[in-house]
Amino acid sequence: MATNLPASANAQGGIGTAPVPHTEHDEHLHEHDEHHDQHWMWKYVFSQDHKMIARQFLITGMFWAIVGGTLSSLFRLQLGWPEATLDWLQPLLGKWIDGGKLSKEFYLALVTMHGTIMVFFVLTAGLSGTFSNFLIPLQVGARDMASGFMNMLSYWFFFLSSIIMFVSLFLETGPAAAGWTIYPPLSALPQAIPGSGMGMTLWLVSMVFFIVSQLLGGVNYVTTVINLRTRGLSMSKLPLTIWAFFLTAILGILSFPVLLSAALLLVFDRSFGTSFFLSDIYIAGQALHNQGGSPVLFQHLFWFLGHPEVYIVIMPAMGMVSEILATNARKPIFGYRAMIGSLIGISLLSFVVWAHHMFVTGMNPFLGSVFMFLTLIIAVPSGVKVFNWLATLWRGNIRFTAAMLFAIGFVSLFISGGLTGIILGNATLDIQMHNTYFVVAHFHLVMGSSAFFGLFAGVYHWFPKMFGRMMDEKLGYIHFWLTFIGVYLVFMPMHYVGIAGFPRRYYSWTGFDAFSQFADLNKFISAAAILAFFAQFIFIFNFFYSIFRGRRATQNPWNSTTLEWTTPIVPGHGNWPGEIPAVYRWPYDYSKPGSETDFIPQNVPYSQTASSNLPYEREIED
Amino acid sequence: MTALTILLVLVLLLVVFGLLFRLQILTSIFSGTYVREIGMSNRINAVLMLVFMVVGGAAFFWSFSENFNKMNPPVASIHGHAMERMFWTTMTVIGIAFVLTQALLFVYSYKYQHKEGRRAYFFAHNNTIEVVWTIIPAIVMASLIFAGWKAWTRITGPAPKDSVVVELMGKQFNWLVRYPGRDMKLGVINYRLIDASNDFGFDLSDKAALDDFTSTEIHVPKGHPVLIKIRSRDVLHAVYMPHFRVQMYAVPGMPTRFWFTPTMTTDEMRAHLGNPKFDYELACNQICGASHFAMKAKLIVDEPDDYQAWYAKQSPNSANADMMASYKQTSQNAGLGKGGSLGAKAAAIEETGETPAAPLSAQTAM
Repeated sequence: MATNLPASANAQGGIGTAPVPHTEHDEHLHEHDEHHDQHWMWKYVFSQDHKMIARQFLITGMFWAIVGGTLSSLFRLQLGWPEATLDWLQPLLGKWIDGGKLSKEFYLALVTMHGTIMVFFVLTAGLSGTFSNFLIPLQVGARDMASGFMNMLSYWFFFLSSIIMFVSLFLETGPAAAGWTIYPPLSALPQAIPGSGMGMTLWLVSMVFFIVSQLLGGVNYVTTVINLRTRGLSMSKLPLTIWAFFLTAILGILSFPVLLSAALLLVFDRSFGTSFFLSDIYIAGQALHNQGGSPVLFQHLFWFLGHPEVYIVIMPAMGMVSEILATNARKPIFGYRAMIGSLIGISLLSFVVWAHHMFVTGMNPFLGSVFMFLTLIIAVPSGVKVFNWLATLWRGNIRFTAAMLFAIGFVSLFISGGLTGIILGNATLDIQMHNTYFVVAHFHLVMGSSAFFGLFAGVYHWFPKMFGRMMDEKLGYIHFWLTFIGVYLVFMPMHYVGIAGFPRRYYSWTGFDAFSQFADLNKFISAAAILAFFAQFIFIFNFFYSIFRGRRATQNPWNSTTLEWTTPIVPGHGNWPGEIPAVYRWPYDYSKPGSETDFIPQNVPYSQTASSNLPYEREIED
Repeated sequence: MTALTILLVLVLLLVVFGLLFRLQILTSIFSGTYVREIGMSNRINAVLMLVFMVVGGAAFFWSFSENFNKMNPPVASIHGHAMERMFWTTMTVIGIAFVLTQALLFVYSYKYQHKEGRRAYFFAHNNTIEVVWTIIPAIVMASLIFAGWKAWTRITGPAPKDSVVVELMGKQFNWLVRYPGRDMKLGVINYRLIDASNDFGFDLSDKAALDDFTSTEIHVPKGHPVLIKIRSRDVLHAVYMPHFRVQMYAVPGMPTRFWFTPTMTTDEMRAHLGNPKFDYELACNQICGASHFAMKAKLIVDEPDDYQAWYAKQSPNSANADMMASYKQTSQNAGLGKGGSLGAKAAAIEETGETPAAPLSAQTAM
């Protein structure tokens, strides 16, 4: 059996590489060979090659993840050890350490930037940017994205946005500090908090460029999936990864412009004296002229993006996890069509649930009822996905690669975090739980940690295709177990704190009798969080070490069925040296009865697999 | 110097780890386990899955029950009891789903680990089973939605006519409190009239404002519906009273409200908890600036008689000479002379809605 052989033996198996004679694409061959002696500037920096752009997104995303993780370690120090002196951080934080304590303004800035960085720069750009770019052309059988140039712009707009956001960390008045949701009036008035001065301006400018980047990328992903699929690859034969990236891109295209409009209106309020979100404000001894604006309007606009955004974060992870579970359980994904259906259902519903973030904002309670109804429906397609993943494992033949471990971890975290959404989506229960640590625990499990696990699974799984080498499996195992245990140790106890009613974004709880009883638990959470953060350096070491010194990859190290594994070990510009393979079958023919190997790649025609064809497949043998 | 030493030690440690790692790879290359795809580690990971489930599950169960009593702030309002029941019912439902799905995930991972010579079962789809696991969650969700919706409409419905009215105004970083005076009407306020002696911005040309009074503490009577009217005068805040299961944003320019009926006086709760220092606390629960975490107020639930006694002792705005004097000046500066907030007044009447009947007989008797 193919799976039992050393990976290098697979090249002799030959099924995946069986040449299928076609000539229509021959004219492309020479055109693409010419790019080999490109100037490094065009090859590594301003590259239009989707694989290079993907790597750029990945490495930038990793940089941001370290920054975001560092910020969280800093504020967890404050929460876990409120009495400790932090003078030793003075060399790093300078004036933000005030009398041995973290400054209160800077605490809020840390929380704000941690959220912004993780949600947008790591889990949107770093995750979608990396894998949509990398996998869409490879898995649909395209030479590159529909527009390589726009794709390059997408990265460089992201880069520009990153620079601006990074610079804002070093401002005299500090970075934005109004929470990652930047609700006005707090975010509109520098009198209210210093971070709403230059820090907020840079935040908004950075986000404008970020949104441009997302739209350029999104349009490209959608166009590529619709137009550039190889011969025979109908939508009903697409790997679930591509379905997930495709729907994610559509969500982004439809929702990010709304955030742009919210940001622009906020810029107007801040700089040009308009009153979209401001009304009846007396602050710093002065009555402002603004009247008639509504802070709640901003929340509607923000969450109209903000809610689809959490699905933009999680759906690519869902797609990759589906792919990795099937490959490593050596079984077809269970309920392929149900998986697509549930993705579509989640995508549609994600647009009509935004106001569940606003049950107690003074919004009309009738609207609350409607949004409670719509929100709780979304549990159904999410449940279907979980059951299908479980059914995929059932009677499989599981190989625990590092990617597989993270994929299983993803399912576990998604269940743990998803279920508490049933509490929070219930408007009645949200009265008590809103803005407490219960919410923090919920979304860190269901979209934060899960999406990170999806990202890790994806990196471990597609690393051989990205860099032509394998990551070290043992380090991968250690990384997985430390992270998996760490994440649970951080976020499970956080629910207790939340049920007791601890508000989020509190610099300290000691001022309240009701909230000061969990000092030990907070210490525990902080210690676990910081340890889990340090465990990530195992991954970073493994990643960079393996780029240069990892074991050389074979062409199809996981014995997978999808098209990216039919390219050379390190695909060049244009992806396939010869013509693009055609596709004949769905991507999940694993362990098919009657087949010699336990996987049949998508580009193998039914005519070559007579022994394993199902009755209806015999009719379409070609 | 110490920093440099620590740095040096860290670097050396990293180098040692790096060398050990390299050594381990070289040994595995020589022993031939380096490229073997599925070996002992597959088995170890499978076992770890099971160990994680058992140990992790036990640890979770232990810590949950250990912390259970701390988790539940005592309930002190009528709707709070209903919410509490709904919360733990829902927790039970999702707890069952949690245990079932996680158990299947880890048990399957262990049980179906790779075995030499075995082939996975080619089982691609089954529509019946898909329908079953779509419909069952849908039914469960529907019943949760229905229960939640019933409670939500009741809790957010109009306050009883005879509610005691308190208005809270959030500002960086404390809560202002006012009560309608003996006319039971909250007077007009206007944010342009705010000054050092008139924190609320009372428009004293409105008669209804003259007998309003402000307070540093919030007093409410036990067993009587309390309507909290909520405003903010600068940024967003939120009134959050965990013991009463009450939460509502304070929004500048848009008054909000929440009503509830307290069921235990502060003294009763102190006796109940055996904590003579206990007080009901009101926390700000929407990020509002640097001292957000310290923005709190005390709420005291009195026996109705005590409440009336307290109420009778408060002195109205008209007795506040400072405010009356500075009002003239401020209203002129703001261009809001006598009756200048009339537009605001019409709006305020609409906001404050009902003209309440006497909430507590003694209040009107004052």
